[in-house]
Amino acid sequence: MTDSITISIDGVEIPAETHHTILEAADKAGIYIPRLCAYPGLKPNGSCRVCTVLVNGRPQTACTTPVMKGMVIQNETPELKRLRSNLIEMLFVEGNHYCMFCEKSGNCELQGMAYRLGIKTPHFPYLEPKREIDATHPDVLIDHNRCIFCGRCIQASKTFDGKNVFQYIGRTRNKKVGVNADDGLGETDFAATDRAAQVCPVGAILKKRVGFKIPIGKRIYDRSPIGSEIEVQPKDAGSAQ
Amino acid sequence: MEKPKVATTSLAGCFGCHMSLLDIDERILQLIDLVDFNKSPINDIKTFTARCAVGLIEGGCCNEENVHVLQLFREHCDILISVGDCATMGGIPAWRNTLPLKECLDEAYLNGPTVHNPSGLIPNDPELPLILNKVYPCHEVVKIDYFIPGCPPSADALWAALTALLSGKPVDLPYELLKYD
Amino acid sequence: MSEFENTIHTICESYGGDRARMMDIVRDVHEKYGCCSGKAMNLIARGTGAHRVEVQSVVTFYAFYSEKPKGRVVIRLCNDIVDTMFGIEHVARAFSEELGIGFGETTADGRFTLEYTPCIGMSDQAPAALINEVVVTSLSSDSVRGIVRTLRESGDPQKLVRRLGDGNNAHKLVRAMVQNGLRKKGPVVFAEMESGNALRKALALSPVEVIRDIKTARLRGRGGAGFPAGMKWEFTRAADGDRKFVMCNADEGEPGTFKDRVILTERADLMLEGMAIAGYAIGAQEGIIYLRGEYAYLRKFLENVIENRRRDGFLGKDILGKKGFHFDVRIQLGAGAYVCGEETALISSCEGLRGDPKTRPPFPAQKGYLEQPTVVNNVETFCCVARILEKGPGWFVEMGSKGSPGTKVLSISGDCNSPGVYEFPMGVTMAEVLREAGADDVQAVQVGGPSREIVGPEGFERVICFDDLATGGAIVILNSSRNITEMARKYMDFFVEESCGYCTPCRVGNVLMMKKLEDILDGKGQLSDLDYLHDLAETVKTASRCGLGQASPNPILTTLERFRPFYEKLLRTHPKNFDPSFDLRAAVAEAEGLVGRKSAAIET
Repeated sequence: MTDSITISIDGVEIPAETHHTILEAADKAGIYIPRLCAYPGLKPNGSCRVCTVLVNGRPQTACTTPVMKGMVIQNETPELKRLRSNLIEMLFVEGNHYCMFCEKSGNCELQGMAYRLGIKTPHFPYLEPKREIDATHPDVLIDHNRCIFCGRCIQASKTFDGKNVFQYIGRTRNKKVGVNADDGLGETDFAATDRAAQVCPVGAILKKRVGFKIPIGKRIYDRSPIGSEIEVQPKDAGSAQ
Repeated sequence: MEKPKVATTSLAGCFGCHMSLLDIDERILQLIDLVDFNKSPINDIKTFTARCAVGLIEGGCCNEENVHVLQLFREHCDILISVGDCATMGGIPAWRNTLPLKECLDEAYLNGPTVHNPSGLIPNDPELPLILNKVYPCHEVVKIDYFIPGCPPSADALWAALTALLSGKPVDLPYELLKYD
Repeated sequence: MSEFENTIHTICESYGGDRARMMDIVRDVHEKYGCCSGKAMNLIARGTGAHRVEVQSVVTFYAFYSEKPKGRVVIRLCNDIVDTMFGIEHVARAFSEELGIGFGETTADGRFTLEYTPCIGMSDQAPAALINEVVVTSLSSDSVRGIVRTLRESGDPQKLVRRLGDGNNAHKLVRAMVQNGLRKKGPVVFAEMESGNALRKALALSPVEVIRDIKTARLRGRGGAGFPAGMKWEFTRAADGDRKFVMCNADEGEPGTFKDRVILTERADLMLEGMAIAGYAIGAQEGIIYLRGEYAYLRKFLENVIENRRRDGFLGKDILGKKGFHFDVRIQLGAGAYVCGEETALISSCEGLRGDPKTRPPFPAQKGYLEQPTVVNNVETFCCVARILEKGPGWFVEMGSKGSPGTKVLSISGDCNSPGVYEFPMGVTMAEVLREAGADDVQAVQVGGPSREIVGPEGFERVICFDDLATGGAIVILNSSRNITEMARKYMDFFVEESCGYCTPCRVGNVLMMKKLEDILDGKGQLSDLDYLHDLAETVKTASRCGLGQASPNPILTTLERFRPFYEKLLRTHPKNFDPSFDLRAAVAEAEGLVGRKSAAIET
């Protein structure tokens, strides 16, 4: 049962249905709210916090908050842009992200978001954790250096693939994506065709034997910013400040 | 009117960013109308002979000499720009940062599969600068005013940044030119 | 089946193979084998229908669980700020020397493991440690030698308890050396009680009338957040659910808080009476006490209190003859995770999951434990509930302040003559609290633990209540010899270690703030670092997913606001625009050692 209501985002009134989250309603209306962990068809985690908006003045994640009649939402404010830049920079310095030799570069949502926000380099110190690469699977590898803890692979394995390959293990900054086996991904029932192998926003889960397949210039975020696919009037490739 | 002076250097980098600067092709003629190069590998001037308006730094700091050169640039330049991923985030040399230094040296000079080193010694001439415990991006060593990422930054990106700076505009890269690879 | 397989199978069976009881299963495996190995995890997965990685995700989340074997005796020395104030470094050194191992290590013979642990709720008798489940208090380097000798001889930590504490600490089911330190009894929590009085009065009313009384009393949650209890109950009562639950949050982990420990020891009946009343009011038949792992030494005693209340008809079926009102309680032990004091993380933990907070909405009142409507209240709150029903809301609102009626139980520790537990009327001034605690040299007071704020003398006329100095109970007093910035560092370290790691700002932001703070304290900071810290703090506060993250910048923010000169005197401006945090000498030290020569380039 759904009811149609109206909410406002940055002063624009948009229609929404009560079973929608703010993020879904905004997407439908062609308003892009930056996000990293949210993925269509998966239960939102609200873990990256990039989609934080102000709902009637209070910070809430757009991906987890259901719309309510008359909500007044702020999305593109200088403060929220600053906050999102800080979050993206945190994800960069927390892991070991070497874009220059990453197969995902150009198609990476983390990188794409940094481009969209105009981040030239993180102003935080690199934490340079020592993390592992799990290459035990014949077709897929996990490079934990690049993981941003979005949880998509965990959810996708359950929801899309009907498996249970992944779960977080450890806590604090030592948390990582664990696999359902004693000794690596190769011992699980994971397959390269699993949806969980496709949803990684960064280069943490990669197919083996694929290298720099798409030439520079033709990759997803080479020409237009992440989110252009949603925006009614895509941000032209103007200044990224 | 005197032209503003520009200095450049490559620290722990591969000179790729300098190559990219040369990739501006015929615009290099415009560039030398706009600026004079001071200390730089482009003209092979080894020491600062005057105060510079702009210093372009390629590469991060992997040894003590890099630090001294970078500090020298900071002292002699009004504006310092980190150019390329090695300068902005350490780049490929920083890949060693998760490993103990001894392991790196042993791999490079003793144990690596392609190493031929019958003496079994790790190079240690007093002339060799000491290596740092890890590779530092430039802004962790001195204040850096602007950043142009990329591996290397494209010639267009460098041109856009330099011309903006020289005409007193903010150094903003258009979307297509902001790249980390 | 091997004996190992058999044992784990039996453990799983004893919880009906219910994966929601994962905390208990893992705990039992630990008790038996000292760890929960990969092999054990596979067997637990089989025995509960969970996946191995799900078991592993639980085992690796909680500080008291481990995949790797630990010593048969695990010594967890509390390294809270108060322990630091009272000589923990001597105690730590003594443990290390006597055992011949460092912290985080296990002796070669597998007998002892030495670790640090955050606040174990003994700040008024610090330094203290947990040795397996046994609490040892008021440690000194001398007592440590005796402790290690006894442990070497007997292997039994209980043998360390020579003199029993006061009150129920001496009860045969507790037998702890812990002291209550109950210095001020108030009319609400620590007044004498007769079991059943409040419950009888509640049952004479309708559930709706009970909630009305709680609302009339304007009771607000005593855990610190101060949410109106009556409103919470009303939402839960109104929510649809096959089952409803009452949960008691006995996971006081806020550093410097220990008042619930004393309430659990001396007023467990009152708390359980409050829980039963809540059950009646919201229509729940099941209650859970989430008891922090540090207080495991109280479990048997509390189970006995519960058993006695069943016998007396205060728990169980048709309570006090009220047909159809059934309510019973079980204890869920935690395992060393501060974040589980957050109500949704507490629910996750009770469900046998990692102690990650849950996404809100939905709130626990709609979907809590096992997705059913759930009320979570603090130990002290349930005591207030019972007293409000016993004496009436009118009696309750006459005490305290307008926005915060009733009393507040405080845990006072640090630099004062009389540390311990005090029940004050709400609205008492800090100055009065300090006077009663016998604190005359006071530089600052940390109110409500690191999650709240530090107050200097200019704030001593402020009052304890939800609208001014809100506190879950912690009052840590610092005299003029204490280092304020060092305290901020310790508290930030606490948040870094206790972040669950779920969301970006708390997981990463706290590490970054900590790093910058360390630079500043090392004399490597510059003036712009203060803006950097404010900016980071703003992101962490605004964007964090739960109360832990939202509060975690407070040790820095409140010390910066009120003790700014302490930071400023450490800051430098580099004349040449070099980064003062970069230390060339330190950066080449490793290479100097490896190649055996000194840098010629560094000016001395």
